Amino acid sequence: MLAIVQREMVEKKRWLTPEQFLEDWAVAQVMPGPNVINLALMIGDRYFGLRGAIAAVAGMLAIPLVVILVLAVLYAHYAANPQVAAALRGMGAVSGGLIAATGIKLVPQLRRHPLGFATCLAFVALVFGAIAVFKMPLGWVLLAVGGVACAWTWRKIGA
Amino acid sequence: MSHIAIAMQWHDWLALFGQYMLLSLLSISGAITTVPDMHRYLVAQHGWLTDAQFSSSVAIAQAAPGPNVLFVALMGWNVGLNAGGGIGAGPGAWLLGFFGLLVTMFGIMLPSTTLTYLATRWGHRNRERRGVRAFKQGMAPVVVGLLIATGWVLAAGNHAGDAPAWHLWLLSAVAALIVWRTRVHLLWLLGAGALLGAVGFV
Repeated sequence: MLAIVQREMVEKKRWLTPEQFLEDWAVAQVMPGPNVINLALMIGDRYFGLRGAIAAVAGMLAIPLVVILVLAVLYAHYAANPQVAAALRGMGAVSGGLIAATGIKLVPQLRRHPLGFATCLAFVALVFGAIAVFKMPLGWVLLAVGGVACAWTWRKIGA
Repeated sequence: MSHIAIAMQWHDWLALFGQYMLLSLLSISGAITTVPDMHRYLVAQHGWLTDAQFSSSVAIAQAAPGPNVLFVALMGWNVGLNAGGGIGAGPGAWLLGFFGLLVTMFGIMLPSTTLTYLATRWGHRNRERRGVRAFKQGMAPVVVGLLIATGWVLAAGNHAGDAPAWHLWLLSAVAALIVWRTRVHLLWLLGAGALLGAVGFV
């Protein structure tokens, strides 16, 4: 999902620069709630006010909701079919690749980061290790690593 | 996905709504992080969903286009169907399913979107402040790491077929490479993944 949002809003429509996308995405990510919805809400609100925000959220949910209900009904019929389960598995593997690629595409934006590129890469590796390898709870990772990164940035941009 | 017969009173629906409102505020970086707690509430504590209904709700929403928070909608839909006697019981059950969908979706969406709306407005008005800039820029590398980790966890999470696991890893890696380097439409990639699954590659 995020991969599509990035492609449409940054690469095609150019409503956001890659830097803005990364910053807005960071905010959408740490606020409670589904992050793509939060991002749509923020961008809708910025350009068109409250009505834009509501329209963006409704737009994000309406069609997928219908699609997913159809899928659920179909799935109820065909759940026993091993090919259906395998197709779901294949799509799951692809979507994992899509999300990882979205993150990789944002890496070059870190070159202009106040902390410097190498420090940023260390933070990326730290978060990846904590979540993917050690399976630490997300809230703590965000609080600890995010807290250090923000405090460090705060010192850098003040000087 | 066979159903179980349950009886839902109005106060049960209210409790379900309240529980999802609470989870909404805890769902930092997406509702998917609250899945363990939903399982505890819906399956273990109340028995409103079967284990199979619960996990297929998550799996379908992951595979479908759209925000993956829609697994919440499927959970509400299934609770409603169970209360109405299953999908075969006719329009009455479907209406209850739709009602359940509205209960869980509004519960999970309202608190978090309201909070995000107010907080990001404040943040945008004060975007030149040192604290706001430090927060946004400081979180950037953390978010990049989180995205790559999420992709990794998703790719690692669905090894259950007969094909060797490295097939799935290869598929994920190739998909990542294609998205990174080309502008192929993403739905083609998902379709290709489904096809490779159906023919038994993964």
